[in-house]
Amino acid sequence: MPVMVSFSYIAAAVLFVLALKWMSAPATARRGVKAGELGMLLAVAGTLLRHEVVDYEWILAGFALGSAIGIPLAYLMPMTAVPQRTAISHAFGALAAALIGTAEFYKHPQHGFILGALVIEVLLGYLTFTGSLMAFGKLQEILPGRPLVYKGQNIVNLSVFAAAALAGIYLIANPSATWAFPVLSVLALLFGIMLIVPIGGADMPTVIALLNSYAGLAASFMGFALDNYLLVIAGALDGASGLILSIVMCRAMNRSFANVLFGAFGQVRTQGGAAEKRPVRSAEPEEAAEILEAARLVIIVPGYGMAVAQAQYKIRELYDRLTKLGVEVKFAIHPVAGRMPGHMNVLLAEADIPYDRLSELDEINPEFAQADAVLVVGANDVVNPAARTDSSSPIYGMPILDADKARTVMVIKRSMNPGFAGIENELYYMNKTLMLFGDAKAVLSEMNKSLAAQRV
Amino acid sequence: MPVHELGIYVFILAAFLGLELIRRVSPLLHTPLMSLTNAISAISVVGAILIAGEENASTFSRVLGFIAVTTATINVVSGYLITDRMLKMFKKQERKP
Repeated sequence: MPVMVSFSYIAAAVLFVLALKWMSAPATARRGVKAGELGMLLAVAGTLLRHEVVDYEWILAGFALGSAIGIPLAYLMPMTAVPQRTAISHAFGALAAALIGTAEFYKHPQHGFILGALVIEVLLGYLTFTGSLMAFGKLQEILPGRPLVYKGQNIVNLSVFAAAALAGIYLIANPSATWAFPVLSVLALLFGIMLIVPIGGADMPTVIALLNSYAGLAASFMGFALDNYLLVIAGALDGASGLILSIVMCRAMNRSFANVLFGAFGQVRTQGGAAEKRPVRSAEPEEAAEILEAARLVIIVPGYGMAVAQAQYKIRELYDRLTKLGVEVKFAIHPVAGRMPGHMNVLLAEADIPYDRLSELDEINPEFAQADAVLVVGANDVVNPAARTDSSSPIYGMPILDADKARTVMVIKRSMNPGFAGIENELYYMNKTLMLFGDAKAVLSEMNKSLAAQRV
Repeated sequence: MPVHELGIYVFILAAFLGLELIRRVSPLLHTPLMSLTNAISAISVVGAILIAGEENASTFSRVLGFIAVTTATINVVSGYLITDRMLKMFKKQERKP
């Protein structure tokens, strides 16, 4: 490798590390993106200079087509669709890794360490490819979002994975048995699909983080196969990031990896017919506005429902009006609110809500007792007190936002249908709880209107 | 094979470094973090270029290389752009209420 190329790779590795370091805080994060871009530019330029690269037509065509798709994807994608975009980009990254591994395999006979790395790269690549496509389909609601389960599903899934792994091991032991390569590729593609079939929307944050990790590891193993340490480092950084995020998500739900992947959380439980109708107190948006106006501290708890209703701008308006009236407004963000890590923060930032108003679970929980009112917008399980009190509940032990400790709780909700996981929420039946039925955007508009009317 | 052994050392050290760095990232930024790392892992474009641009490659290899260059480029381009678009939105409160 020419010295220039080595230099560009080393510089790129340093820049990638700096990019992640600067990502730690909002003040330096954009500098991090710049560092990452520069690193990528150096790596690509260095690679184009390598003497093995002689034919540029296909490469330039790929750059052109990729940019033609990538630029609109970045600018036209609404922020509410960020989970889907993330899922599809994991699919693209994994597909690239798998195809490169496949091309390397058929280029010339491989054996030993390189073959082993290729096999793992291709296994991870193909299973992450179809798994991410499935996640994309579920998030985009092309596919039903509810988990699909059948008897013996886990055994079938694990058998498919074991068969893929066995084909890989056989191939490494007998490098001339090239038939094993397409077999393991197809099995990996199949396993990716089957892995996501039983996953429901509430588990998407964990699964997306996990697929992120796999896509990174596939790039690392490509680095092993190509003897390229830049790929090894970049892949390891991405793999570590996905791993940490999925651990954070699992902790926020008090569940294990195994439980997320094989537990089929959120399936419809068939428990004795219609649940009994219990009385709830409902209220009109005008009453809710009056309560908020009289409050000193209001805490807003956003959830996936806010994203679905695209209600973040109405929340921003409410925040402005209340702030002007001297009411202190804070936002309580549960780590698994939404469909990917950090989803709510991005939506609220999009609506121009200052990020120092957004508080994490541990930070905000002691403040609920002082809050005059809590407004829950499209969140459900993350404020369900059953997680603290009812050991028979599927979400028992999950750290929740203590919304029930506030003086008044207001919940904007479409209807009394139980939420995604089909778990009854005691919060709705409490005496201090007011239910505001309707579409989140419409209800918030009404509240804003009546706040405006009262201030003449 | 000392060369491969070295690769494994590099992987382990980079993974530990990654774990330490990511642990410090505020949960506020977890979504842009994921799109940034996704763009970084599109470094596989390096492998794709080597496959697509090789001398006397088979058509099979060229086509796979071309698809890989395309999908990796999509991730590089859209990953960095959307991360920056998201980060631009994060603002501190500038006025006293």
